[in-house]
Amino acid sequence: MEINLEKHFQDTVDAEIKIEPKDWMPEKYRQTLLRQISQHAHSEIVGMLPEANWITRAPSLRRKAILLAKVQDEAGHGLYLYSSAETLGISREEMYDQLHTGKAKYSSIFNYPTITWADMGAIGWLVDGAAIMNQVPLCRASYGPYARAMVRICKEESFHQRQGFELLLTLSKGNEAQKRMCQDAINRWWWPSIMMFGPPDDESPNTLQSVKWKIKRFTNDELRQKFVDVSAEQVKLLGMVLPDKNLVWNEARGHYDFGAIDWNEFWNVVKGNGPCNKQRLETRKKAWEDGAWVREAAMAYAEKKKEKNVKAA
Amino acid sequence: MKNQSLIDYTLHLADNALIIGHRNSEWCGHGPILEQDIAISNIALDLIGQARNLYQYAAELKGDHATEDSLAYLRDGWDFKNLLITELPNGDWAQTILRQFFFSTYQYFLYQQLQHSKDERLAAIAAKALKEVTYHLRWSSEWVIRLGDGTDESKQRMEKAVEELYAFTGEMFLPTDYEKELATNGISVGPESLKEKWTDKVRSVFEEATLASPFKENNSAWMQSGGKEGKHTEHLGFVLAEMQFLQRAYPGAEW
Repeated sequence: MEINLEKHFQDTVDAEIKIEPKDWMPEKYRQTLLRQISQHAHSEIVGMLPEANWITRAPSLRRKAILLAKVQDEAGHGLYLYSSAETLGISREEMYDQLHTGKAKYSSIFNYPTITWADMGAIGWLVDGAAIMNQVPLCRASYGPYARAMVRICKEESFHQRQGFELLLTLSKGNEAQKRMCQDAINRWWWPSIMMFGPPDDESPNTLQSVKWKIKRFTNDELRQKFVDVSAEQVKLLGMVLPDKNLVWNEARGHYDFGAIDWNEFWNVVKGNGPCNKQRLETRKKAWEDGAWVREAAMAYAEKKKEKNVKAA
Repeated sequence: MKNQSLIDYTLHLADNALIIGHRNSEWCGHGPILEQDIAISNIALDLIGQARNLYQYAAELKGDHATEDSLAYLRDGWDFKNLLITELPNGDWAQTILRQFFFSTYQYFLYQQLQHSKDERLAAIAAKALKEVTYHLRWSSEWVIRLGDGTDESKQRMEKAVEELYAFTGEMFLPTDYEKELATNGISVGPESLKEKWTDKVRSVFEEATLASPFKENNSAWMQSGGKEGKHTEHLGFVLAEMQFLQRAYPGAEW
């Protein structure tokens, strides 16, 4: 019986028909999705922090409004994703708990600090750019609620990416300090951004299964290459350079070759040794704990109101 | 000839919106509930948007190459004309909510009249903003009620917030010279005329929230004032130091 269910499931996936919450699915599929979606949701929420860091210091009212709207969009993305994970049988509170206890991860990129205003541009261009590369194929993921959430998210992300690039473009045409800010931000965000695609394919054991289940459509290295190719061209428009001496066009491959990634750094940041791991998690925990009395009051009031309504009826 | 009173009044309205918008934006990423993080950021965005419309108008009136950004980023504290209540630190969620409720109630009745101003620009800005402020008022009223009539702790926190903030509400209704002058021409709203409506609204929301009325007999409570004329608390300087940092560090740069 189990075998038939599993075959029916795979046939459905192969036929590009979406799996919906009430459909039968292999437990491992459910867990893989849960891990991936909640990790993505947490990334949106933790990812608000490095950018929120500059809202009160944005250098013009227009930039302030753009940045605030962007960070607010990220909260919205978190909301869609938590809702989509909830369809797999977990509550938002449980997911928060997993984040706060370190059981669930979020994207390591947010463990790097935002030191100058140019970081708002570099995050938009590179970090959101890498995220889009990862996420566009997810709009066709086999799990319906996830795919639909991703469609909305991708639309907004590509808008953010353009805004980030435009911010850097303005700096690149500015004074010496602004140009320096621009290049410095690119230097600091480039390598962490290309690490966002995850470990190389030969060290990514789950990729094959995820591709078979059509959660993933491309491997980490395929997406990374695509991102490098696009970025190597875009950086020219800024009159800046990517911090990689080995970055060179390879005619035969039809792709850019690039230098070796420092996976030691990557794994260290994943393990909690990045410059801001502690700070980000503490900030999230503090917001949650400081908000406990607010949530309790809202619940208590809702209860009282319900009782009143029952009596009135 | 430049109408200095109209410039001052427009700046007063703009500064109110910018400074409280700035304070609310400090919550972004730190709210107690994700949905409310979005709500308070949204209110901050609305207010910054209102400030921009008003600064753009003030810049046109002022001439001399003034822009919305030169007005926001290159004036010092004594030129800012915002109400003191807008610059106070956020405190806890109760304090932020109550500040927003007091302010939105005031802004709601103010814009309701200002949309009929003889100055067409101010009238148009007020009419547009009124839609947003109607939501801010509803949202903050609901939260005052929820916290006032929630748990013992939330009620205590609300009572403390009332203690902190009430003394900063009187300034809303004290007319400055620039308001007096413009009111006679039907351009500004005489703020003293808003007091009764404001008081009624606060009283009714507090009643539903089961909170004690803050209003003393004979209006004997001491009220802080000065913000509308550029005399501020110690807090504004830090808001400006943070907000204006890049514009000050790199004069004349385009961002």
